[in-house]
Amino acid sequence: MVDRSGTPLVEMRDISVAFGGVKAVDHVTVDLYPGEVVGLLGHNGAGKSTLIKVLSGAYQGTGEIRIDGRPVQITNPRDARANNIETIYQTLALADNLDATSNLFLGRELVTPFGLVDDAAMEAECRKIMGQLNPNFQKFHDPVSALSGGQRQSVAIARAVYFNARILIMDEPTAALGPHETQMVAELIQKLKAQGIGIFLIDHDVHSVMDLCDRASVMKNGQLVGTVNIPDVTDDDLLSMIILGKMPGAAPAA
Amino acid sequence: MTDTTTQQVTRQPSRNLFQKLEIDMRLLGMIGAFVLLCIGFDIVTEGRFLTPRNIFNLTIQTVSVAIMACGMVFVIVTRHIDLSVGALLATCSAVMAMTQTQILPYVLDFGLNHPATWIITIVVGLVAGTIIGAFQGALIGYLTIPAFIVTLGGFLVWRNVAWYLTGGQTIGPLDENFRKLGGINGTLGETWSWALGLILTVAALWVLWTSRQARARHGFAVKPLWAQGVLSAIFAAAILGFVAILNAYEIPSRRLERMFEDRGEILPEGLTIGYGVPFSVLILIVVAIVLTIVARRTRFGRYIFATGGNPDAAELSGINTRWLTVKVFALMGFLCALSAVVASARLANHSNDIGTLDELRVIAAAVIGGTALSGGIGTIYGAVLGALIMQALQSGMAMVGVDAPFQNIVVGAVLVLAVLIDILYRKRLGA
Ligand SMILES: Nc1ncnc2c1ncn2[C@@H]1O[C@H](COP(=O)(O)OP(=O)(O)OP(=O)(O)O)[C@@H](O)[C@H]1O
Ligand SMILES: [Mg+2]
Repeated sequence: MVDRSGTPLVEMRDISVAFGGVKAVDHVTVDLYPGEVVGLLGHNGAGKSTLIKVLSGAYQGTGEIRIDGRPVQITNPRDARANNIETIYQTLALADNLDATSNLFLGRELVTPFGLVDDAAMEAECRKIMGQLNPNFQKFHDPVSALSGGQRQSVAIARAVYFNARILIMDEPTAALGPHETQMVAELIQKLKAQGIGIFLIDHDVHSVMDLCDRASVMKNGQLVGTVNIPDVTDDDLLSMIILGKMPGAAPAA
Repeated sequence: MTDTTTQQVTRQPSRNLFQKLEIDMRLLGMIGAFVLLCIGFDIVTEGRFLTPRNIFNLTIQTVSVAIMACGMVFVIVTRHIDLSVGALLATCSAVMAMTQTQILPYVLDFGLNHPATWIITIVVGLVAGTIIGAFQGALIGYLTIPAFIVTLGGFLVWRNVAWYLTGGQTIGPLDENFRKLGGINGTLGETWSWALGLILTVAALWVLWTSRQARARHGFAVKPLWAQGVLSAIFAAAILGFVAILNAYEIPSRRLERMFEDRGEILPEGLTIGYGVPFSVLILIVVAIVLTIVARRTRFGRYIFATGGNPDAAELSGINTRWLTVKVFALMGFLCALSAVVASARLANHSNDIGTLDELRVIAAAVIGGTALSGGIGTIYGAVLGALIMQALQSGMAMVGVDAPFQNIVVGAVLVLAVLIDILYRKRLGA
């Protein structure tokens, strides 16, 4: 069981984001403890990606973000990385013309003593991490545009887990993966959780949320329906929260 | 996942000679086109095209556009364009012309041809070019005005700033030392040219070898030793051959006589001296090498290509793409100033129309050299080769006696054709 007695790793309080007139995220509050996996659920366009992009520095929202209880300003992706927040974006955010290694290290290249990028060292590291995530992966020298959807997703996952994140955001990380690779990501999530990393997991598959998550926060039309403890709810409870936007009577939010 | 492995296996036997050598096919195609072009002109002109003298002239005529084309690669790779390079060259040239003919000699009382004049002039020019480039980059990066518009405006502004600075007059003659950077008036001479050739050869072989070692150290596959040997031999032959040709262009005996007379000596009977590598070509070589290292081996270069490939991904990876834009355009401005040095030194004066139409030549050189306007793809050596092909085409046609309008029609058609071939080639590769 996750210990929720201390200060949360992440608190997002009263977050709102508007695009023009559309309130994509409307006063949402969620939190995350060390070693915990919190699922974010909701229909298409509910505002899940927008919410986590506030935490990863891609969007600016109103409201407050605290890490280890301290308020932080995250105004761009560099700030997020500085706070050990790593993100797997739904769109993957890969530079298609570069190879897997360059993408893995993009923005954080290894350099030689002369300050030049050390491609050979980076490729060696890339081979190591890809070997753990997707042992069949061989295309280290092709631009990622030449990779399959699942292979691209593996590269995006590798990039998020390689740099010792404390807070990991996964926006539909297994959408393009085959069953075996999905299984490997599930095992990876268990392993990272055991290391005390906090994970926000966005996933449309209620079964895998039930399997992997400790709590789930459900959004509908930009608003938070509620947050539930997974052991206290059934698949059907979650589904009705997503579809009807109603909290199950028996399971009060944590 | 399994299809990856089978694909790897089936692909192995189909690797042909060039893939084993790991030579870029596209580069090979361009070199082939260039060689065919030269041989063709040589046949039509009955051997007047491929003489040391003409090759020497071709090289010094290419330098100015080639230097700017190197910078244009970075600009286009980041999905921008710079239409102002010819005008910016003119402004830098005007600034430098005024500095060396008016301000330094008279206002600051240095007198004519003072040994410090050329250095101060060049520094002033380079600073001016860099600041103007950075300013345009800031408008594009931070105020998000499209590069097309900013530099279209810049095209008008800087052309006329140049005009205003000089009152539209031709300014000259320029400083004697400064003029040595233009081409024929300043060359390394035979001995130093050979020394340069040897240094470049050793450096090229060293780079080939150490990158092989680095790969081997991490246990990656390396190309067979014989392929490494062949590649090294080709590099060495190309570099030394180029030096040999430039050395073979001999200083005319009249001029040589005068040079000896100036030193109070008499020209020994039968002595001939070759020009060797011009300083301006040396500048281009340095620019091309440095920018190739920047493109391939620095973070700055990596971010340029990442931003061109996917600007959003670059931003999300923590790259400050706005500041990157400023830096790319500042570099472009710096290179415009450097080209202005070479171009005005070659003409021995600053004329009001200097650099006219250069923006088109520079963009064409980069594009013929394989830079994709959609961003993310391009090489420095491609741009230099592109500039060389364009210049060869132009001077070849002039030598054959093709009328001026037809020359431009052909150059325009070749540009479009080159891009078409590139598109077809990329489609076939599936990239
Ligand atoms: N950049 C943007 N500009 C304008 N509107 C946007 C933008 N991004 C998202 N939206 C809008 O904000 C709302 C929430 O979008 P968001 O991407 O967060 O949904 P989501 O819950 O992640 O959906 P999905 O499950 O389909 O990924 C949607 O109505 C969407 O149209
Ligand atoms: Mg989404």
